[in-house]
Amino acid sequence: MKKSKIDDPFKEARETKGFGTMNDQNDPVTMILGHKDVRKCAHNWKTFQSGGDEIGRIVVPSEVHIRDTRQIPFEVDPPQHKSYRDLVEPWFKRPLEEAYQEKLTDIINIIVDEALTKGSMEVVSEFALKLQSRALTLLLNIPFEESELWISWGTHVFRSEDTALDGDKANVLYDYIDAQIDKAIANPGDDLYSKLLASEIDGKTLTKEEVKGVLILTFAGGRDTVINAITNTIAYFADNPQALQQLRDQPEHLNSAIEELLRYYSPLTQMGRVVAEDTQVCEHAVKAQSRISMCWASANRDERVFENPNEVVLDRKVNPHVAFGFGTHNCLGATHARQILRILLNTLTQKVGCMQITAAKENIEDLDEFNRKVGFDSLQVAFHKL
Amino acid sequence: MKTITFITSDNDIIETQANFGSLMELAVKNKVKGIDGDCGGVCSCATCHVHVNQEFWNAVGGPSELESDMLEFDDNVSDYSRLSCQLKVSQVPDGLILKVAK
Repeated sequence: MKKSKIDDPFKEARETKGFGTMNDQNDPVTMILGHKDVRKCAHNWKTFQSGGDEIGRIVVPSEVHIRDTRQIPFEVDPPQHKSYRDLVEPWFKRPLEEAYQEKLTDIINIIVDEALTKGSMEVVSEFALKLQSRALTLLLNIPFEESELWISWGTHVFRSEDTALDGDKANVLYDYIDAQIDKAIANPGDDLYSKLLASEIDGKTLTKEEVKGVLILTFAGGRDTVINAITNTIAYFADNPQALQQLRDQPEHLNSAIEELLRYYSPLTQMGRVVAEDTQVCEHAVKAQSRISMCWASANRDERVFENPNEVVLDRKVNPHVAFGFGTHNCLGATHARQILRILLNTLTQKVGCMQITAAKENIEDLDEFNRKVGFDSLQVAFHKL
Repeated sequence: MKTITFITSDNDIIETQANFGSLMELAVKNKVKGIDGDCGGVCSCATCHVHVNQEFWNAVGGPSELESDMLEFDDNVSDYSRLSCQLKVSQVPDGLILKVAK
């Protein structure tokens, strides 16, 4: 079997009842599995809330015990949400600018060249983590060298070998962000910290805590997701060298290929909400104050929407995937993530003849009823020049 | 060459001309405010939502089932809503007028 393949563990539950259940630290989650139901719940922010009193509870696994800073704008509901989102949105659209793309191209060129020179590389830590960290300096608009520190943290900020959530490790990030905010206050520049510190919402300057909330989201939301997206992309083209050739011959399919890889790999499996009032999903009663999750990974394999859902169809034309979520809280970092994938694919088609996976350790998420492969803990790949 | 006019929510009138491509691509190229086209035209982001001017509706035609599903959950949806990424220049009438939905 091809190493890059990711199965759909949700199929049976999605088709028979439409939902699954998982116990998350004794705070159960009803997982919504169908494409339409997922979008319906994501759209209905009044009933399925992001901004509840318990900070970190909508994340699965829950971060209630390791975080008391509210992530912004992600853990705020409308109408306040809009003020925050409008404030940060233009900044997160900067990846559309040519100068940004040129710098990102340089970053990706260096890493691909290094892989080709070395001939073989462990892709998660030596390729994807480095790429993600270096690209993040562009998103924050800070010096490139800062990425060295983040790379030294390893692939997991919240996770150690034996636990999915590690409070001590999370504190490393929170203390770091606190220190960076103080630095920006003392010496303002044109980075994201300074930009937020100088911003106002409804006539009030953003507090340090609010700035921290945006930055934690920026660091945490784009770390394992981007690493998984990059690693799975490399694995896919290593397993399917003809697909790399296909994109070389037909570069007009680059965009649909990126969206299709996002659909198939769904780097973030699910995201939760807190139920505001007694209601039901898929004819299943859910009580006020309980949790649901919208399982993007399952929705993206819904055979009622996608023909041949378990195959990668690089030129899939209509592709209403929800890999970046859906509705009010759709991924703020999507523009940055898409640009990374676009430039990565471009660079691979220009420089890499073929790749082979020589060793792989899968990263399997334990979701109680389901086990889902989301990517790799490690992936050794041989790179060959074009 | 067809002329296609976009009206933004600020009531800016942007007249564009094209022979091919999608109306989303045309709008993005002409920097029409409110049309982002984040997903590049595969019907996944709904950031290219437009209202077709009523008099052109029959000539343009309604959305496909998948497009209609996307629109169902979008804000500001009307009886004349379409995703401009699903509209091809070659298949719409010359002189078409569209209003950006946000």
